Amino acid sequence: MRFKTFLAFVGPSLFLMLIFIAAPLVTVFWNSFHITQPVYERVEVETCTPGFLAPTCTTSVVQQPQLDDEGKVITETTFVGLESYRNVLEPDRFFRAVENWDWNTVNNIRFWKALRFTLVFTLLTMPMVVGVGLLIAIVVNGTVQSIKGPVIFISLLPFIITPVIGALAIRWLFIGDGILTQAMEGWLQRDIALFAQGWTIEILMYVYRVWHVAPFAFVVFYAGLQTVNQDTLESAIIDGASRFQRLRYVIIPHLMPLIVFVMLIHLMDAYRVFEEVIGFSSQAHVISLQWLTYDFLMPDEAGTRAISRASASAMLTMVGIIVLLVIPLRRAWRDQRGTAK
Amino acid sequence: MSVPKSLRPPLRLKVLSNGFLTLWCIIAAFPIVWITIMSFKTPFDAFSANPLNVILGPDTLNKVDGLSLAEIAVGIALAWLLVLTARNWLPRQVVHYTPPGMIGFGWLVAALVFGIVTLILYMSVLPGVMGFVNPLLGPLGHDVLGLTTEHYQAVWVDRNFTRNFGNSMLVTAGVVAISLTIGTLAGYGLARSGTDLAFWLLIIALIFRALPHSVLVAGYLPVFIKSSEILRPIMGDAAPTLYGQPWAVIVVLVSINQPFTIWMLRSFFHNIPAELDEAARVDGCSHFQAFRRVIMPVMWPGVITAGLFSFLLAYNDFLVTSLLLDGQNMTMVPAIAGMFNRETTASDEVQAIAAAVSITAPLFVLVLVFQRQIVSGLTAGAVKG
Repeated sequence: MRFKTFLAFVGPSLFLMLIFIAAPLVTVFWNSFHITQPVYERVEVETCTPGFLAPTCTTSVVQQPQLDDEGKVITETTFVGLESYRNVLEPDRFFRAVENWDWNTVNNIRFWKALRFTLVFTLLTMPMVVGVGLLIAIVVNGTVQSIKGPVIFISLLPFIITPVIGALAIRWLFIGDGILTQAMEGWLQRDIALFAQGWTIEILMYVYRVWHVAPFAFVVFYAGLQTVNQDTLESAIIDGASRFQRLRYVIIPHLMPLIVFVMLIHLMDAYRVFEEVIGFSSQAHVISLQWLTYDFLMPDEAGTRAISRASASAMLTMVGIIVLLVIPLRRAWRDQRGTAK
Repeated sequence: MSVPKSLRPPLRLKVLSNGFLTLWCIIAAFPIVWITIMSFKTPFDAFSANPLNVILGPDTLNKVDGLSLAEIAVGIALAWLLVLTARNWLPRQVVHYTPPGMIGFGWLVAALVFGIVTLILYMSVLPGVMGFVNPLLGPLGHDVLGLTTEHYQAVWVDRNFTRNFGNSMLVTAGVVAISLTIGTLAGYGLARSGTDLAFWLLIIALIFRALPHSVLVAGYLPVFIKSSEILRPIMGDAAPTLYGQPWAVIVVLVSINQPFTIWMLRSFFHNIPAELDEAARVDGCSHFQAFRRVIMPVMWPGVITAGLFSFLLAYNDFLVTSLLLDGQNMTMVPAIAGMFNRETTASDEVQAIAAAVSITAPLFVLVLVFQRQIVSGLTAGAVKG
């Protein structure tokens, strides 16, 4: 295929990705070093209140935004260097807290709180998703043919449901005196409030995410199980390998590329954890990196959006995922090179 | 296929694995089934501590309405019939009646018609018919199960959820159509080009796929809000404010989805033998003619699968739509999440549940009809990435 034809095929897609993925990254980078604010002017205002004989008047100096001819607020953009990053990271407070081993203070700084949760969430759910997915795949692979279809159908439901709605569904089962909270209270004979403290919410989030993603891992592994070499399995049996040994030394190595694939996809998706925070309304206790940027972007009571701080936190989020991806990407790169040549 | 005796699992393992499978199916389906049940009850029943009350709904039965045993039996039979139709009869009809090359559109129409027919059957035909039959059946015709659709009415009629639904459909349809058109071309180009450039593009696309969406939205938002000022020098007074425009969101979602789409479609095109279009080229076709005449007729399974995943992305999105659209153009998911920010009563809560079930129902039908395509899409990237 000539270069020109190739470009004609790939062009539109490339154009969109350049304009709407690459260019915003540049804007974010630029915004994170600049702040756009209304220009304030100092105005003397005389306020009078009716009083006896003569009204009492006081003059005071107030700051108010300057307006242009059309009545719009004049804004100016200034270079602030690392100021926004400092606002997000709060390095002074952070290092002081780290020196004193003061975990609570670290957890009170929103960025570090979000980073801690996002990383723990990503790394904890990964083995759970792979494990549960593998278990379901092996069990389904071993059952009778006729129930495989319905089981796959039911398994796909948690995967396909809108993430925010899925989180809400779990929340309705557990919130307040939800049906499952009631069941647990009856079982443990004590009062339980799952949405009153951070760690219980976090556990529910892990449970939700495994429920939501395990079907994906299951379907991928199940497809992989169909291509296990039956001859190898048979010779393993003849050599006296037990069921567990066959799993450990024949099936798992065969599935290894798929396990890596699922882990890579899960790494990208779990790092984006966000919908759980919305669905569980957990912002008072548990927040994630994506949610932090989202919160900066939402207008506050005065209607202003903290664009600069949002950009700084977005840049930091991006650096995080790149650091996490370097190892698996180098591996994928080597594999691709191997097959391409 | 008969399994050799030595490979057959011992009884203990069989019981254990069947038990596990049952448990998994219950866990997978329970939250969805349960909120569906809750959505049909009065708040008192829906949040009752006794699970039996939630299922049977005595309060709902007293205050509003209920179903008789006969109605339940007919309803279940009808549901079974509909499931069978969707899985066997419908796909054949779609393939039969749509002209080649329009199959995606044919599926869209079929899904829409199927959804509407189901709604009509359950909302008006069934209650109408059973209203006549019930009194004739004696004890079978007595109402035993409390059930009310008042929350659905409240959501769809009073709260104007139809507008949110329309916005969602607009955004979703736009994303699927554009994303597939552009993605198919790019996927084909990438699959048939073995150059280093194609390889690097795929690696960059993979990195783009990993970017959290909030990073990108942080880039769009300030530009979109000020876009009419920025674009004025170029476009004059026609310069639009992109913030709050559904079509701007469509383009954004298409772009965000491109990396994933081209990876998936590339692997599909990889599986179509290159000899096919080479033969066409030998016969004198240009690359585009070969693509249109030889590849397009055989690419539909892959395109349908990629379309399904584009649909899911657009339909399920919360982050992009909630930040880039304003109140009037809000899609369904942010609208439901917004129902909680106010002071909520128990009745509001059940209405939110009804809205959540409404938004899940189309997805349920989607899995029902397209199970095979979804499974093949999930494994496509994995088998040969």
